[in-house]
Amino acid sequence: MEIERNPLTPASEIDLREGRGIESLRAASQHAIPDPEAWMNEEIKRNLLFTTVDGALNWARKSSLWPVTAFTACCTFEFIGASSPRFDIARFGMEVLRASPRQADLLVCAGTLSWKMAPQIKRLYEQMAEPKWVVAMGACAISGGIFHDSYAVVPGYNRLVPVDVYIPGCPPRPEALLAGFETLRKKIAKDSITRPRA
Amino acid sequence: MTTNLDLNSIALRLKEQYGQVVFAEPDYLEVTAGALPHIAGYLKNTPGLDFDFLDMVTAADYTDRFELIYRLVSIKNNTVIALKVKCGRDRAEIPSLAGLWKGAQNQEREIYDLFGISFTGHPDMRRIVLWEGYEGHPLRKDFKEKAYDAGN
Ligand code: SF4
Repeated sequence: MEIERNPLTPASEIDLREGRGIESLRAASQHAIPDPEAWMNEEIKRNLLFTTVDGALNWARKSSLWPVTAFTACCTFEFIGASSPRFDIARFGMEVLRASPRQADLLVCAGTLSWKMAPQIKRLYEQMAEPKWVVAMGACAISGGIFHDSYAVVPGYNRLVPVDVYIPGCPPRPEALLAGFETLRKKIAKDSITRPRA
Repeated sequence: MTTNLDLNSIALRLKEQYGQVVFAEPDYLEVTAGALPHIAGYLKNTPGLDFDFLDMVTAADYTDRFELIYRLVSIKNNTVIALKVKCGRDRAEIPSLAGLWKGAQNQEREIYDLFGISFTGHPDMRRIVLWEGYEGHPLRKDFKEKAYDAGN
């Protein structure tokens, strides 16, 4: 069977097609694409930022996490280390430790919690204004740690309050604490005001 | 400057004063529960003894009896002695020393809380570490905790 061959397009024809394409592109490109910000004067240009409501709110919230002063045991000292100049949580806007839960939005559960103290911690959490977050710091706060089977110790803060971030260690070093706070900030950045709150 | 009182001489003085209620052991004095307040008062207030500081009060469970241990310090004489008192397990009661040393108050409450030994004459005999309504006394050897035994 004979194979039918298409004759090759002559070079002159290819050149003509290319020429037509360039001509039409050139005709359509006689003016520069307008600057979408051209309508703004200098003043507006320097003072306007565009974002979403969520973006702005989350940015504000994650940049000003104020912890409530409620610490129960030895892990506290690593938190104190993290909050003092060497590790300096002031870099993240967290240095404002509030003595009143009404002004705080972060509960750092630092340490063993006895059942006798549990109602007070729960009450502190409930007194904090929404939105609020909880970080469980150290083995004791996560699960009761070495005291998990004790008659007097709460085996984990998550029996009382909803925990957002768990930081393991006994105690966790300040670096771990900073990493935990960073995780919390990422979590907050993904939040939305349309999400129903518990 | 400092004189160290020795246990034997203290025991002899107490025996003279109180007779059969004092038993001298190699490193502590044992007294009966009934005589405890008198002897403690004597040790505290007698010039030359001056055991004016109660370092600590604690208790131990020997399964057939409780023993209370009082550590007394005479700062003036640079001397520490231990007083022990035996106490039955069924109706565990001991006279309180809170009237002599205020510092005994909280420690006696702790012993009451964890061993169930009650102190007669104590101004405020309540639990201190655990809460009102808690069942049992955790430092007793026969204490069983539900959560503990279930292993969770
Ligand atoms: S986790 Fe360790 S350091 Fe932290 S409170 Fe418990 S025992 Fe103390």
